[in-house]
Amino acid sequence: MAPVLQSSQPWVEKYRPKQVKDVAHQDEVVRVLTNTLETTNCPHMLFYGPPGTGKTTTALAIAHQLFGPELYKSRVLELNASDDRGINVVRTKIKDFAAVAVGSGQRQGGYPCPPYKIIILDEADSMTEDAQACWIIEPLASRCAKFRFKPLSEEIMTSRISYICKEEGLNLDAEALSTLSSISQGDLRRAITYLQGAARLYGSSISSKDLISVAGVIPVEVVEAHFSACRSGDFDVANKEVNNIIAEGYPVSLFLSQLFDLVVEAEDISDEQKARICKHFGEADKCLVDGADEYLQLLNVTSHVMRALCNMPEEFHYDT
Amino acid sequence: MSFAHEPVYNNKAPIFPPLLLSAVPQFLFTLSQVVSFGKKMLWVDKYRPKTLDQAIVHQDIAQNLKKLVTEQDCPHLLFYGPSGSGKKTLIIALLRQVFGPGAEKVKVENRTWKVDAGSRTIDLELTTLSSANHVELSPSDVGFQDRYIVQEIIKEMAKNRPIDTKGKRGYKVLVLNEVDKLSREAQHSLRRTMEKYSASCRLILCCNSSSKVTEAIRSRCLNVRINAPTEEEIVKVLEFIGKKEGLQLPSGFAARIAEKSNRSLRRAILSFETCRVQQYPFTSNQVIPPMDWEEYVAEIASDIMKEQSPKRLFQVRGKLYELLINCIPPEIVLKRLLYELLKRLDVELKHEICHWAAYYVTLCIVLP
Repeated sequence: MAPVLQSSQPWVEKYRPKQVKDVAHQDEVVRVLTNTLETTNCPHMLFYGPPGTGKTTTALAIAHQLFGPELYKSRVLELNASDDRGINVVRTKIKDFAAVAVGSGQRQGGYPCPPYKIIILDEADSMTEDAQACWIIEPLASRCAKFRFKPLSEEIMTSRISYICKEEGLNLDAEALSTLSSISQGDLRRAITYLQGAARLYGSSISSKDLISVAGVIPVEVVEAHFSACRSGDFDVANKEVNNIIAEGYPVSLFLSQLFDLVVEAEDISDEQKARICKHFGEADKCLVDGADEYLQLLNVTSHVMRALCNMPEEFHYDT
Repeated sequence: MSFAHEPVYNNKAPIFPPLLLSAVPQFLFTLSQVVSFGKKMLWVDKYRPKTLDQAIVHQDIAQNLKKLVTEQDCPHLLFYGPSGSGKKTLIIALLRQVFGPGAEKVKVENRTWKVDAGSRTIDLELTTLSSANHVELSPSDVGFQDRYIVQEIIKEMAKNRPIDTKGKRGYKVLVLNEVDKLSREAQHSLRRTMEKYSASCRLILCCNSSSKVTEAIRSRCLNVRINAPTEEEIVKVLEFIGKKEGLQLPSGFAARIAEKSNRSLRRAILSFETCRVQQYPFTSNQVIPPMDWEEYVAEIASDIMKEQSPKRLFQVRGKLYELLINCIPPEIVLKRLLYELLKRLDVELKHEICHWAAYYVTLCIVLP
């Protein structure tokens, strides 16, 4: 028997703003789009910014507000990375859609219904290169009004989360709230996902510790243990620490960013040492993104951090 | 030479040599689920906890998962952790918790799809494991064409909504293995699918290293970290199995297996069973058989240490080829070789060698 779904939508979907004016923190965009709604005059637009700041939400909201639910299907084409977007798709699907003109708008059910169509190309940067060349990159970018979406500030995040908490009957203290906004780093979607996860696991009153465990943040002690092993200058001790981190299953990219914070804030390390260390963080991060083995990357970084901290030479001198 | 652990199972059933099980774990792991209908089951399968309540290790995670699904709903999940830590076991137990015993009746299918990719049609072949309510697949098996699996097939599966006998709408679960091996395009394709069809379909993703999964996917899932069991926990499990099998364990024997297992429970149980077949009753000084390929790498390491000459390099080259021919992934060879060399080298050289290991392992990556 398949379990029955009650109101089981993820909160991310449930609390996705339905109207442009509800989109938080992106004043510029909202102002332009509210104007659009009044005049029904809409430029091409290119939204860009970090994840979870409301790009897709805004695009969907404006489309819905312009056309209403009835005309939405015939006037809006939504293409995202889950659709095949090779060059053929761009050539045929989009052109076919755009070529058919629509009759001038008679207002339906209180929606403006302007006489044009909207194509939402979600995640446009992950289209194949050919398809982009078809009309994106410079030519496309220069034809669009560009809007940058800023990462959400802590207050906005807090107010939005408090709202959801009230709706869902959750109890968050001030500490938990600030923890949540700091671990999600301006990404509202992530914050809401964490919140829902924590609510499922720990019921209606959630502490900051619960949130940390849901978010999978690495405990400070683990990072500090590793760092002090690096300070000790003993390779085998550090190697053991690295092995432990891998066995515990902590994601290395996350570990590096937390170690990075620790290094940058440390007061007893010289600027030159910090620079030496950070260079290797950068390299390792790139390798990890490319899919390199986590253990070896972390061990390599560890060895470099140790060499920098203990003032060992960077290069190995071969005896001739 | 052959790397197979030969007459361990007296030719009774086609059993995979332990060597392969550890080197290419995920794929064969799925198969071993299927082989288990035979009379002779591997202990790894026989003593796999069937329900979340039976879990010996990760009890806290199991209880949390149980709480998660008691409200008849669950978010998308991303399980990550080292191999042999129990990700798959927990996923199977979780499915049973959600769908009842029916989730265990899986059928294996080798399905082919024809995907229309504009000018040409692509044939894709993939093994799926499915029950009435869930489908499990490893999209990365089709290599660089994994994008089509995600775009076409997973979307198709996600769209259709199951209806139960009472006509109520339910959801189905898609289990995707090795999401860290998915190409960037495929991962991008996955993210909107996860949102759009979230009403009818839940994804359970499973991977070894969550660093390789894009931020966009991670932020859409509840992440569940499964750490490798500690040696004490492994000892506990081994003792549990020993008791069930009616075996006498000399003191310290289980601890020695656990120590050699590199904190992989699967490997510990496999070598425990190998020990049982090789010699019973156990003696306290019985040798825990190491993996053939690991011994071979140790041999290479000592070859390298003994002499550094072009001639020796040529010999080592041959041995490395031998390993590759036997399907030991280069990444794993490099890691093991580093491990062996670190045991033998001076401190200064240790730094140097781990730098080069990291360098060369990056060269193994095939960028799309």
